Amino acid sequence: MKGVRHYPGFLGITIVCLMVLYFPLMVVAVYSFNASTSITAWGGFSLRWYVDVFTGPEAERFGLATWNSITIALIAASLATIIATAAALAMIRGGRFRGWKATYGLINLPLMVPEIVVAVATLIFFSTIGLRTGYLTVLLAHITFCIPFAYLPIAARLSGIEPRYEQAARDLYATQAQAFRLILLPLLGPGLVSGWLLAFIISLDDFIITNFVKGAGMETLPTAIFGSVKQGIKPNIMAISTLMLGVSVLFVSLSYLINQRGRSSASIKE
Amino acid sequence: MEVAVSIRNAVKRYGAVTALHGVSLDIADNSFFTLLGPSGCGKTTLLRMIAGFEEITEGEILLFGKSIASLEPNFRPVNTVFQNYALFPHMTVLDNVAFGLKMKNVDPATRRKRAGEMLELVHLSALSERMPTQLSGGQQQRVALARALAPQPKVLLLDEPLSALDLKLRQAMRVELKQMQEETGITFLFVTHDQEEALTMSDRIAVMSEGRVQQIGSARDIYETPSNRFVAQFIGQTNLIEVDVTRVHKGKADVVLPSGQGLTCSAAAASLGRHALSIRPERVTIATRGELKAVVERVVYMGSELQLLTRLDGGTAFSVRVQNAVRTEVPEPGTQIRLKLEEGAARLLTD
Repeated sequence: MKGVRHYPGFLGITIVCLMVLYFPLMVVAVYSFNASTSITAWGGFSLRWYVDVFTGPEAERFGLATWNSITIALIAASLATIIATAAALAMIRGGRFRGWKATYGLINLPLMVPEIVVAVATLIFFSTIGLRTGYLTVLLAHITFCIPFAYLPIAARLSGIEPRYEQAARDLYATQAQAFRLILLPLLGPGLVSGWLLAFIISLDDFIITNFVKGAGMETLPTAIFGSVKQGIKPNIMAISTLMLGVSVLFVSLSYLINQRGRSSASIKE
Repeated sequence: MEVAVSIRNAVKRYGAVTALHGVSLDIADNSFFTLLGPSGCGKTTLLRMIAGFEEITEGEILLFGKSIASLEPNFRPVNTVFQNYALFPHMTVLDNVAFGLKMKNVDPATRRKRAGEMLELVHLSALSERMPTQLSGGQQQRVALARALAPQPKVLLLDEPLSALDLKLRQAMRVELKQMQEETGITFLFVTHDQEEALTMSDRIAVMSEGRVQQIGSARDIYETPSNRFVAQFIGQTNLIEVDVTRVHKGKADVVLPSGQGLTCSAAAASLGRHALSIRPERVTIATRGELKAVVERVVYMGSELQLLTRLDGGTAFSVRVQNAVRTEVPEPGTQIRLKLEEGAARLLTD
């Protein structure tokens, strides 16, 4: 049987798909280096828009938004990773309990619920309990929606680690806590890092939920960019978008590489 | 003789499934004791219960007279060599071996020294800074052994530790394990499904099947005087012939073979009626004045031995082993031969 590569038109379709996916990103990246103020006409290579991002009239606004985005992403990713690890331990090491399947579904469901629904629901929830929208509400929302993203790589890693390592540790006089800290945690490492990076990037990126629960005056980088674009697209937006793209690619690649390395260095499964 | 481990009426149930039906056995201190049986016989469950990884449903586990059944694994002075070694992949060989000592709060200098001695014992001193993944299967096995011996357990539990090794290595390790047991004076409790392993190393063997102990004895005991059909068939090869017992007297029994021929055989305890007669294939010789008549059906060349597949008068298949000496005359398939039973070769089994 011939492989899919030999189907007629395979090459053409592939190229079209890749173009649709990446051409807009390329345009943004290329035009971020445009010397002209126009976003459609090329005026030569320049770094002026990158300079503008850091020193221009919008620099302070973007700086504050970036600070918010990064601190929220750091805290949200860290807490989500801890919660997801606890969930993964309960699901994979806790044995089958009543409602196991339902719990599994509940952990992963947020990945499939339309984000706008979550956004509205979260906003209603906060206003019902009387929490004023601002930094805190954004942080809480981010922690929540990051959990399933952190959970996936952690749970995948954990289910690949056979319980006999912990048993061997217990057999060699380690307490449950020692077996966890000295054996399971190091073996779980790549999964934890990978889960944290994924959660971080998801938080950094988020627009819809953030926009609903942030309240007036509070901005994260995506909402600041959106606010700025509403007054017309300027090349500095392209520069800032390109920077974010770079950070995202870096983190996703790191997450992937760490997972790979973990898989090859420690053969934890026969 | 001091008893190291005493299992009293151990029952293990998983929901509706019963893995152990009231097992009782005593393991002498400073001995090599083997639990032998096919997979699913409950031998590993019993081992894991002693280690503390499985809870006991009913019964008692005593370690030098003290009940350990309710203790967490880290409070039981026994260590395990796991089937696939379970070496910690993120630690060096030395750190693996020293782990138990570290958990027992032995000071760093002492534990380095002791771990080093253990690695010397298993001839791996040169590899102490390697990671487990850089070792061969045989080397990993030795590290697992050193790791489990380092904290000087009262009993060492070995869960089929040789099954992942190739044949030559396995044979060498058998001798070494037995030597190691004698050198350290630690009681070894070894679990295996390989009867040859069990026979070559053990002081005593408990043959298990379907969650019950079928027989406990020395290698010679269980091979020479199997107490029932299962043990006779599981340990080594044997010929089973259905016979009618007509008379029982003083450890002997008169039986009638399917051919109608009468025979007197040894019998520990027998009742009249239908029973199985066990005759080991190597306890029979070809002789013109032999008491059994048979037709050779096939000759299997096995190197040091020949196996003759024959059929007795009366239709029972019967195999015979003959040493492959220069002077051995091999009968052609189809020829009539007579087989002579050695003294005591025929044993009546009580089921």
